[in-house]
Amino acid sequence: MNNEWPLWEIFIRGQHGMSHRHVGSLHAPDAEMAIKNARDVYTRRNEGVSIWVVEANAITASSPSDKGPMYEPSESKVYRHPTFFDIPDEVGAM
Amino acid sequence: MYAQMVKTAGTGLKSREEMTEQERNFQDKIDADIKIEPKDWMPDDYRKTLIRQIGQHAHSEIVGQLPEGNWITRAPTLERKAILLAKVQDEAGHGLYLYCAAETLGVSRDELTQMLLDGRMKYSSIFNYPTLNWADIGAVGWLVDGAAIMNQVPLQRTSYGPYARAMVRICKEESFHQRQGYDAIRKMAEGTPEQKRMAQDALNRFWFPSLMMFGPSDKDSVHSAQSMAWKIKINTNDELRQKFVDQTVPQAEYLGLTIPDPDLKWNEDRGHYDFSEPDWSEFFDVIKGNGPCNVDRLAARNKAWDDGQWVRDGLLAHARKKRARDLAAE
Repeated sequence: MNNEWPLWEIFIRGQHGMSHRHVGSLHAPDAEMAIKNARDVYTRRNEGVSIWVVEANAITASSPSDKGPMYEPSESKVYRHPTFFDIPDEVGAM
Repeated sequence: MYAQMVKTAGTGLKSREEMTEQERNFQDKIDADIKIEPKDWMPDDYRKTLIRQIGQHAHSEIVGQLPEGNWITRAPTLERKAILLAKVQDEAGHGLYLYCAAETLGVSRDELTQMLLDGRMKYSSIFNYPTLNWADIGAVGWLVDGAAIMNQVPLQRTSYGPYARAMVRICKEESFHQRQGYDAIRKMAEGTPEQKRMAQDALNRFWFPSLMMFGPSDKDSVHSAQSMAWKIKINTNDELRQKFVDQTVPQAEYLGLTIPDPDLKWNEDRGHYDFSEPDWSEFFDVIKGNGPCNVDRLAARNKAWDDGQWVRDGLLAHARKKRARDLAAE
C-alpha cells in the first residue's frame, strides 16, 4: 500500500482579506494535521486569521483547453460593465 | 545558486523548423511571458528538466538546514538563538513550497525524497562545507543566502507558474536571512580582535565556495541555451557571479574585512570588479561526493527519514482508522 500522506490544498484568509485564497499545498495524514502544518508552513508572518484545507483529489479543475469556449462568450458582452453607459454630467454620480 | 549543473533533458535547442506545431505553440507562449500551468501541454524534456531543477533546489533548502541547525543550541544569546531557529524553520518551509511545485509536474514527494537519500539527485555544493564556529553562521547568512537571492530574484519570472509563485514567497522571506547573517557577522567584525579574526576566517573559508554556488563558468555550461529559451534559467552563471561579487565587495569593506583574493580589483572600463575564479576541480570533486561533509549530510537525512518512519506510518494508520470509524457511523 502507498504510505505517502495525502496532499492537501491550503486556503488562507488574511487579516483584511475578503476571501480565502489558495496559497499552496502540503502533505498531512488528516485534515486536523493539515491545518496544524498549514499554520507552520503558510502563516509564519501573520499571513492569515483563518485556514481552509481541502484534500487535493477532491478538487475538480476546469481544463486549460476549454479556455476558449468557457470564457470567450463574456468578451462580447461589454454592456455588462457599468462604463458601457454614458450618464450625463448633470445627473451627478451614479 | 541552489540548483547547479542541472542537466537539461533532450537534444539541445531546436530551431523553429525542427519543432512540432505543439512545441512551437509552447515556445510562443513562453516568448510572450505567458505562464505554463500544471495541466497545460509541455514538452517531456521541459517537464524532466524542471523536476530536476526544482527538486535540486528543494533538496538544497532541506539539507541547508543541517549546517545552521548545528549551531542552534550553541548560539551566543537567546535572541540569536530565536532568530536562527526562525531562519532554519523558514528553510524547511522553502523546501516544502518547492517540493509542492515539483509535485505538480507528476513526481511524488516520496520519489523526490528517495532520490535525495540514495544520491540520485543532488543539492547545492555549498552545504557540503562545515560550519566550524559562530562566525560561520553569520557568513552563511550573508554570503550563501546572498548568493541564493541573486539567483532566486530573477526566477520569480520563470516560465513555470507554480515554480515562479514559490519563488515569490521565498524571496520575500530570504531577505531576512541575508540581513540577519550580515548583522551577526558585523557584530563580530566590530568586536574584540579575536572576534574580528574569526569573522575574517569565516569569510576566507566561505568566499570561494559561495562563488561556486552559481555553477561552472559559462564556457563550460553545456546546458544553458535550452534552459534559457524555456525561461527556467534567466541569467548565465557568470552574469550572476559577477553581480554577486560587485554587491558583496563593498559590504566586506564596510566590515573592515578583506576578500581573500589578491587579484580582486575594480575595473573602471568594465564597471565591474575583476576577481579570481574558484578552484573548479574542487567544485567538481565536491559535486562528485568528496566534499568535507557529503557523507555526514546524507547520513543525517537518511537517519531522519528512517527514524521518522514509525511516526509517518502511525499517523496515517490513525487517520485511516478514524476515517473508517466515521464512515461506519454515518
